[in-house]
Amino acid sequence: MIIAERKPMEEIKGFVADKKKVCVIGCRGCVTVCNAGGTKEVEVLASLLRLDSSKNDSPLQVDEFTLERQCDPEYIDEVSHLMDKRYDAILSMACSIGPQFLSRRYPAERVYPVLNTCFLGGALAHGIWAEHCQACGNCIIHKFGGLCPISRCSKSLLNGPCGGSSGGKCEVSKEIDCVWQLIVEKILQEGKMDDFMKIDLVKDWRSSRDGGPRKIVRQELLK
Amino acid sequence: MTAELAVNIAWEPKIIAFCCQYCAYSAADMAGSMRLQYPTDVEIVLIPCTGRFDVILALRAMEKGADGVYVAGCLEGNCHFLDGNIRARKRVNFLKGELKNIGFEPERIEMFNLSASQGPRFAEIARDFTNRITELGPSPAKKVRNF
Ligand code: SF4
Ligand code: SF4
Repeated sequence: MIIAERKPMEEIKGFVADKKKVCVIGCRGCVTVCNAGGTKEVEVLASLLRLDSSKNDSPLQVDEFTLERQCDPEYIDEVSHLMDKRYDAILSMACSIGPQFLSRRYPAERVYPVLNTCFLGGALAHGIWAEHCQACGNCIIHKFGGLCPISRCSKSLLNGPCGGSSGGKCEVSKEIDCVWQLIVEKILQEGKMDDFMKIDLVKDWRSSRDGGPRKIVRQELLK
Repeated sequence: MTAELAVNIAWEPKIIAFCCQYCAYSAADMAGSMRLQYPTDVEIVLIPCTGRFDVILALRAMEKGADGVYVAGCLEGNCHFLDGNIRARKRVNFLKGELKNIGFEPERIEMFNLSASQGPRFAEIARDFTNRITELGPSPAKKVRNF
C-alpha cells in the first residue's frame, strides 16, 4: 500500500492561518490502513486545529468528512455537497493523489495536502512500515530471491553488493539492512549461486519514471 | 478589581479522569468508603480498561472545556488485558507532543498507575493533579472564550 504520514503541525497551521472555515477530508484506503488519514486521524487533526484556534479571538470552524477513496472519481463526487466555496480551504488527508483528484474535480476550491506521501511499503509490525517497491513497472524480484533490489538497495544495484555492505547493514545507515546481504544469503540457501553469478544486464527503465508519467488503459474495462 | 481578576479568583479547574474499572475506579470507590477528601473538580469517566483510552477522548474533553485530563490504570504488569495500560501511556505521551504543537502545556495530560486497593493513592493523585492544573491556570482554549 501507499505509506504516508501527517505533515508537521506547523506546516498545517500555516495552511489555515488566514482561514475561517475549513474541511478535513480523509480517505478509507491505504492511509486508513497506515493510520495516517482515516476517520480517526481526521477527527484528531480537526480537534487539534479547533483547539489551536480557540486561543484566538475568532476560532476556526473545522468540519470533517472521510470518503471511501480519494483516488476514484465516483467517490470524489460524494463530497460535492461540501464544495461550492463553502470552505476557505479543503485539507485532504489522503495520499497526494487525493488532493489532486479533489482539485481537478472541484477547480474553484483551495485544496491542501495534509499528508506527505512517503513510499510503497508494508507493515513490519503495528506502527512500523518499510519500503518494499518503487513501482519500476517491470518486476524482477523472482531473480533475487524474492527481494527487491530496486527499492531496498540504497543504490538500486542489480549486481550487488557494493563495497559498503558491512555486517548485514548498508553503508548509508546502520538502520538499513543491506538487501544484497539478504539476497546472497537466500540464493546460497537455495543453492543457486552458479546461476546467480551471471551478470545482470542493464534494466530497461522506460517502464519506470524514466519514460515519463505512466498510464494504463484497459480496453475491456472502458465504458 | 478588573473583570479578569474577578474571573481568575472564581476559576476552578475542570478535570476529567478516565479510570479503568479494575483499578482506579475501584480505588476511587475505596477512597469514598474511607471518607478521604479529594477535589470535586475531578470528574471520573469509567472505562473498561485504559487500553480503551483514545487520544480523541481527551481532545474532545479539552474542546468542551476541560483544563486537564488524566488517565488512571492498573500498575504496569497488572493490566487485566495484558498491556492496555502500556498502550494508554504511549497514547498519553503522543498527545503530550500534539498539545505542545498547538501551544498547550503537555502537563495538562497525564497517565497514572495504581491498584484497586490504593484508595489513599487515588485521592493523592486527584489532589496533586488538581494542584498542577491550578498552577497552570485555565486551559489556553478557555482564556479567550471566558473573558
Ligand atoms: S522490481 Fe520493480 S516492481 Fe518489483 S518490487 Fe522492485 S521496484 Fe517494485
Ligand atoms: S550496502 Fe547494500 S543496500 Fe547499501 S548500497 Fe551497498 S549493496 Fe545496496
